[in-house]
Amino acid sequence: MSSLSSPYPLVRLLAALFILAFAPPGYPDEGKLEESIGHLGSSSRQEIIASVEALRQLGDHRALPALEALLDRRLRVTKAGRILIKLKTGHGMIDAVTGVVIAQQLDGLDIPVINNQVRIVLSQTIANLRLASPDAEVRLAAAEELLLHPQEEATSALRAAIDREKTTKVRRALALALALTEVAGANKERRLAALDIIGQSDNPNFIVNLKPLLAKQASGEFQEPDEQVRQAARSALSAIERHMVVVGVMQNLFYGLSLGSVLLLVALGLAITFGLMEVINMAHGEMLMLGAYSTYIIQGIFKAHFPDQFAWYLVASIPTAFIVSGVVGMILERSIIRYLYGRPLETLLATWGISLLLIQTVRLIFGAQNVEVSNPPWLSGGWELMPGLMLTYNRIAIICFGLGVVLLVWLFLNRSPLGLQVRAVTQNRAMAAALGIYTSRVDTWTFGLGSGIAGLAGVALSQIGNVGPELGQSYIVDSFMVVVLGGVGKLAGTIWGATGLGVINKFLEPFTGAVLGKIMVLVFIILFIQKRPQGIFALKGRMAEG
Amino acid sequence: MTRKHLPSIFILITMSLLLLTGPAIQAVKAEDTIKVGILHSLSGTMAISETSLKDVALMTIEEINQRGGLLGKKIEPVVVDPASNWPLFAEKARELIDKHKVAAVFGCWTSVSRKSVLPVFEELNGLLFYPVQYEGEECSNNVFYTGAAPNQQAIPAVEYLMSKEGGGAKRFVLLGTDYVYPRTTNKILRAFLHAKGITDADIMETYTPFGHSDYQTIVTSIKDFSAAKKTAVISTINGDSNVPFYKELANRGIKAENIPVVAFSVGEEELRGIDTKPLVGHLAAWNYFMSIDTKENKEFIKKWQDYVKKHNLPGGDKRVTNDPMEATYIGINMWAQSVIQAGTTDVNAVRQAMGYQKVKAPCGFDISMDAKNHHLHKPVFIGEIRADGQFDIVWKTPGPIRAEAWSPYIPDSAKKVADWTYPWVCGNCTAPKYK
Repeated sequence: MSSLSSPYPLVRLLAALFILAFAPPGYPDEGKLEESIGHLGSSSRQEIIASVEALRQLGDHRALPALEALLDRRLRVTKAGRILIKLKTGHGMIDAVTGVVIAQQLDGLDIPVINNQVRIVLSQTIANLRLASPDAEVRLAAAEELLLHPQEEATSALRAAIDREKTTKVRRALALALALTEVAGANKERRLAALDIIGQSDNPNFIVNLKPLLAKQASGEFQEPDEQVRQAARSALSAIERHMVVVGVMQNLFYGLSLGSVLLLVALGLAITFGLMEVINMAHGEMLMLGAYSTYIIQGIFKAHFPDQFAWYLVASIPTAFIVSGVVGMILERSIIRYLYGRPLETLLATWGISLLLIQTVRLIFGAQNVEVSNPPWLSGGWELMPGLMLTYNRIAIICFGLGVVLLVWLFLNRSPLGLQVRAVTQNRAMAAALGIYTSRVDTWTFGLGSGIAGLAGVALSQIGNVGPELGQSYIVDSFMVVVLGGVGKLAGTIWGATGLGVINKFLEPFTGAVLGKIMVLVFIILFIQKRPQGIFALKGRMAEG
Repeated sequence: MTRKHLPSIFILITMSLLLLTGPAIQAVKAEDTIKVGILHSLSGTMAISETSLKDVALMTIEEINQRGGLLGKKIEPVVVDPASNWPLFAEKARELIDKHKVAAVFGCWTSVSRKSVLPVFEELNGLLFYPVQYEGEECSNNVFYTGAAPNQQAIPAVEYLMSKEGGGAKRFVLLGTDYVYPRTTNKILRAFLHAKGITDADIMETYTPFGHSDYQTIVTSIKDFSAAKKTAVISTINGDSNVPFYKELANRGIKAENIPVVAFSVGEEELRGIDTKPLVGHLAAWNYFMSIDTKENKEFIKKWQDYVKKHNLPGGDKRVTNDPMEATYIGINMWAQSVIQAGTTDVNAVRQAMGYQKVKAPCGFDISMDAKNHHLHKPVFIGEIRADGQFDIVWKTPGPIRAEAWSPYIPDSAKKVADWTYPWVCGNCTAPKYK
């Protein structure tokens, strides 16, 4: 374990001196590099910061592995103060100073403890050193890191990097990073040019750099004495703010669509079991939960047996979740629900009982705690559509997934023979039976389909929230809300209901807050149902009368 | 079997299965045992947090029994399941005291459940040990609070965030789930921030409903809010909603270096359900972390892992220890010491003996019970989340600090005194009862 106070400061100092004394000649800064790396394992965080800053000044990229290891918690310190790096790949270790591979197993190694303050300096330094990397992607990431934490010390390194840079994208990021450091500088020409670049960037992150230029002191005078600079800052700020209005609207729209697609996915299965079959299925939420747990199990299998293909576990869990939830749904339909058709109250109680049963079963098997389902790498992070507008990959994926599932369900209902039978049975059971359709089998398949779709929604939910036994409980009310609002028995209604609710909710939330926003949406639905009891879309024909 | 009876039969089967699997009410055995009640939800939303406390309480009792029990008798735990249902907590508490005649009760997690059982314990003169950090503003003669009061968790955490080491935050987002604990804590924190010279313009307070899972808008507004000055988020989000919040933060690329989030309800147990790699550097403040490097803690963790293995508990070797578990462990041991000292399990005598009781706790300090306000003197640790779901301790108090049951930052409660010794004999008075 790490220790807060090291017992061997003297030994460490001696070791550093030893290294200093026997440093191979050739590099004038050799001794300094080794000394600074030696201090990275210090027990004092201030000392670590000092040595990281010393390494930044040296600008020697040979310090990179040690710095990266410190950031990733892979740095180890022996009792004698020797700094070792645990390799990313496995259990091997190398010496941070000499790069020699350590063969023997070492026990009792200390891990230097860092905090956010150290992490900031570390990230800056690593970014500084990475500016010289041959890989354009790495250079871009380094420039973006410097944008987050601008630092005056980086100015010369940045200028040199811009001169060297050939890739336009990286060059632009570098110029912006340089502008940020120069805004606070002394050269007026450069400051004005920098403000111009910042204004053109449209990036709301830089408001923080502009605001101080326009702030007034307690005496009422501007903190920034130069009128021209203030003018430039003002126009840069207003350019960014104009851009922000556009971003705000697009952002809310995206959030609304994303919330809507989640609602759509969770409600789609119910639109079939409740909407088409009129079974008040309180266990619908548990079908979501089963889908999410199937994802968890598939993730475990991939981790154990196919670690190389781990990133694709999610793809494999889509059919699994569909089958698991679908089969459970069909078993429930065969064994219980089919005896209760036409008796809504008893169905409600029975399915509620089933839901409790399923929750407790899962709790007994997997424990009451949430289980960890991680985002695969290709779903982590986000895509910056324009400055200030970040669309996260998992949300984009869920929107696409939702659309895909709707499309498949629509194709199934309207283009397949079984879908035709489903529609026939839901429209007029007696007539369908008279025409030779085996209605009770169609019921089972339909219920299985609805449950399977809920399982698919479970896969999606596992990517944005908790996976625990109670997962389904929080979505059951929302699902019924969407189906009732959209109009019972109509798929299109469910789609419009879900997207509409999502978008309204997200446009309200910035003004009202999450709690009040939700209440207002509920009130809206109640009023809407009062006015239009049949929902957005009403069924026409015989069914509507019955 | 006719179709008509099927549903009712089915419901009967369901209910009886639930009764079998859920609460494990243990039968009354011999007369020569000391019975204690364990009142934690084993089903419902709170089962995620409270199940571990039941397990650690049983472990502690087993340990005391292996040492020979108390006063020559074995301790017999009576486990009931209030099922995350607040009124049921009160019923079960009454059942434990009235029917099972337990000597003490260890239980409750949420403040609502504690408020719901409080009148029962005061009416029947029972003894409750409450093991969770809470909002303070309470001091009952029938409760011993072994979790942290706000000045033992929330306030040191905010002070750390404002310090140079902690990043020197100038703006604060108070983000919580909409119920009594976050509301009261944030009221205290707002008053505290005002006292530190931070104006309302630099404080953003936002609440979400229970079980909220869509944090897109909130994360955006936090990001916008942070544009002006260095910002930190103080999260009192209830356990379950933390995962979607952290996932949203991570996917938007908001790192702890830019906007640190300090959480008061996120510990090792909650992080088990999260991929923590993107969360490295976010903070939590507790009185105990599993990563504390002391001899006592190593023993505690070993005992826990052996117990999990022996009883084959779900989760297996992934089970962790956390702050409320340590508080439960301290509470039971302290109660046992008091029973030995008092020579009886009589509530009044044990309560008298509880004051000044001292326990060598897993956190490495001698933890003592304050005879006046029934709260523990506890050390405060601030930890940063590591990639492996554990915490690096980045700051700690030199020693245990005394709890303030009534916050001095809220004008109304600043005047109140919690002192159950002569001459006050009162949990919320402005003047002593015996003058």
